[in-house]
Amino acid sequence: MSDFSLQSQAATISENMMPDWLNSEQSTGTSIMACEFDGGVVIGADSRGTTGAYVSNRYADKLTRVTDYIYCCRSGSAADTQAIADIVAYHLGLHQMELGTPPLVETAANVFREICYNYRDSLMAGILVAGWDKQKGGQVYSIPIGGMCVRQPISIGGSGSTYVYGYVDAQYKSNMPKDECLKLVENTLALAMARDGSSGGVIRTGVITEKGIERKVILGNELPRFYEG
Amino acid sequence: MSSIGTGYDLSASQFSPDGRVFQVEYAQKAVENGGTVIGLRGKDSVVFAVEKIVTSKLYEAGANKRIFNIDQHVGMAVSGIISDARQIAETARSEAASYKAQYGVGIPLKYLNERVSMYMHAYTLYSAVRPYGCSVLLSAYETDGPALYMIDPSGVSYGYYGCAVGKAKQSAKTEIEKLKLSEMSSKDLVKEAARIIYLVHDELKDKQFELEMSWVGAHTNGRHERVPVDVKTEAETKARQAMAEDSDSDTEDM
Repeated sequence: MSDFSLQSQAATISENMMPDWLNSEQSTGTSIMACEFDGGVVIGADSRGTTGAYVSNRYADKLTRVTDYIYCCRSGSAADTQAIADIVAYHLGLHQMELGTPPLVETAANVFREICYNYRDSLMAGILVAGWDKQKGGQVYSIPIGGMCVRQPISIGGSGSTYVYGYVDAQYKSNMPKDECLKLVENTLALAMARDGSSGGVIRTGVITEKGIERKVILGNELPRFYEG
Repeated sequence: MSSIGTGYDLSASQFSPDGRVFQVEYAQKAVENGGTVIGLRGKDSVVFAVEKIVTSKLYEAGANKRIFNIDQHVGMAVSGIISDARQIAETARSEAASYKAQYGVGIPLKYLNERVSMYMHAYTLYSAVRPYGCSVLLSAYETDGPALYMIDPSGVSYGYYGCAVGKAKQSAKTEIEKLKLSEMSSKDLVKEAARIIYLVHDELKDKQFELEMSWVGAHTNGRHERVPVDVKTEAETKARQAMAEDSDSDTEDM
């Protein structure tokens, strides 16, 4: 899978002494992650929103509701991904009313893909769609920048993810129970946030099962810590 | 205005004083003239059987089929005016295709049924069009089991355990009601469906007919397919035997 680093430009003050956050777009230079387990999914994200090198938001919520059982992890332009999530939520809301049953995660992922692909030239969005449905249980779909859509048992995204691909590859085992998945998500995000300048703040996680979502926040002083040399 | 009738039956956009839409009722009559079609929903499959009446010996066998594939997982059987029915099948196909393009998964039958019903109903509202002179049955095998719907020319539809439409729908329904549908396998359904079509066929009025059969279920991996020739032939042979035994016992009684 192609990498989609969304890191903003380095902190430079240009020749006319203008700081970059005056002209840069608000983006969620980000670390996001989602992991399937038997009966549901774990999703997670950091909370940093940046405008160039400036941290414009340190408690952003990048885990966005689409339906009660389907969430997305957003990375890329904050405006683009919020708009896409709103449109998909609207579509699926309508679809749910017509169908009389909650939409499938696969359906949600395809609606995301359709938008991300059709407007690929104007959008900056790397999205993980995760959720639970009766048909296939917990599912994770990755929709990187060009508008591809692929199901993965575990997926990471955002600029921070580039630092931790190896860690995830090494730590991932198939059929991990819920708590193990949650721990892996927390550790991975903590590592990514430590290395990536555009990621940081708190870790937000969510566990989506048949019963709905259970959300948690790990504050900055409670983050898992590793070698920091 | 012509001298016969009340004048309320010339358009689908006008009610009669007692609240009926005659054009729709005439369309339903058109269906009652069509060959009998039955749909049986069993334990883990749905079977269609169609009595296709052949009006001339000079026609090639297998022309003007009454069973259509709407999508890989959806089947449609029709009774009434075949050319009207083909349009409905085409509409259903594009509806199923557009759903798949938009949502990436096959259309749920409940949803397809609603869409096709709405479409047929729209043709009961305007003076410039006539209602469709056909009823359609829809079948699929989904994660929550087999599903069967029937839509009539008025655009009304219901989900069924077993249904019949066309010429001999009354006697076919009586036969279907005798079955324990929810316990039956696909093989049983095929046998019974063939038997019922042979039983209700009126040899005096319509000499020749072709039996058309299809199924969808767990055994076809959720795909709607025509019943294989050998299975169908076996069911037909048994159906003929049952008929022969029936007429034997009739003569003994006399």
